[in-house]
Amino acid sequence: MPGLMIDRDILIEAPVEVVWRTITEPDQMSQWFADKVELVIEPGARGYMQFGDQGGPVVVEVVERPTRFSFRWNHPRGEEPVAGNSMLVEFTLTEEGNERTRLRVVESGHELCDWPDAEKQRYADEHSDGWVEFLERLVTLLAKHQSE
Amino acid sequence: MTTRVDDELWSAIADPSRRHVLDLLVNNGAVSASWLAEQVPFSRQAVSKHLVVLERTGLISRRKQGREVLYQVEADRLDQATRLMADLAAEWDQRLGAIKRLAEAAHAEAKQHSQP
Repeated sequence: MPGLMIDRDILIEAPVEVVWRTITEPDQMSQWFADKVELVIEPGARGYMQFGDQGGPVVVEVVERPTRFSFRWNHPRGEEPVAGNSMLVEFTLTEEGNERTRLRVVESGHELCDWPDAEKQRYADEHSDGWVEFLERLVTLLAKHQSE
Repeated sequence: MTTRVDDELWSAIADPSRRHVLDLLVNNGAVSASWLAEQVPFSRQAVSKHLVVLERTGLISRRKQGREVLYQVEADRLDQATRLMADLAAEWDQRLGAIKRLAEAAHAEAKQHSQP
């Protein structure tokens, strides 16, 4: 069974449309993500991202302006990024009042993306303590037991 | 490039049942597969499979004690995994922070221009 990996969000004092452009326009993306981004924002579009002297292809998955945007990356070199070998990054934009937007990002492993949204949400809710917290708790416990 | 978590480690701890097993190992030290099987709501066979997966990632190790095989958590590996995950989360926090600054600056600029 898959698991959610990273789930973070932030509140931005700007309209949802502005946030949308910031996360989807390649020249903007190169200011917060990769050093160089070549990408057409269309479902299924293949692009390229450069990080320092490394880079690799990216495949756009969902484009629902201005609320949902997702892409796959970080698959093994030389392989096509598909379900099963890559990480899925999903952005969700939610308007919270006038000119204010909640931006949420979930980066997850492969299997999860085939799940219906309701299933995903249920799984996320059940694991709301999150990965980092889970592992940190284990490490803390372990240290405690070892010192006993 | 960026912090990445290897796939095996990822899928090993993604499974709630394996997390349960990990939890038990952390709390109880070196224990046998039979003992673990008594603590969990799944079969002995399932426990064995989970132990194999966890062992492959280096998160746990086994040792023989008399006729028994005992399993225990590898603290260093667990610690390393935790730091990796924390780094990944921190990376996204940084990116979200950058997006916030960019979007808010763009918005402020647009507002300025729209004023007469």
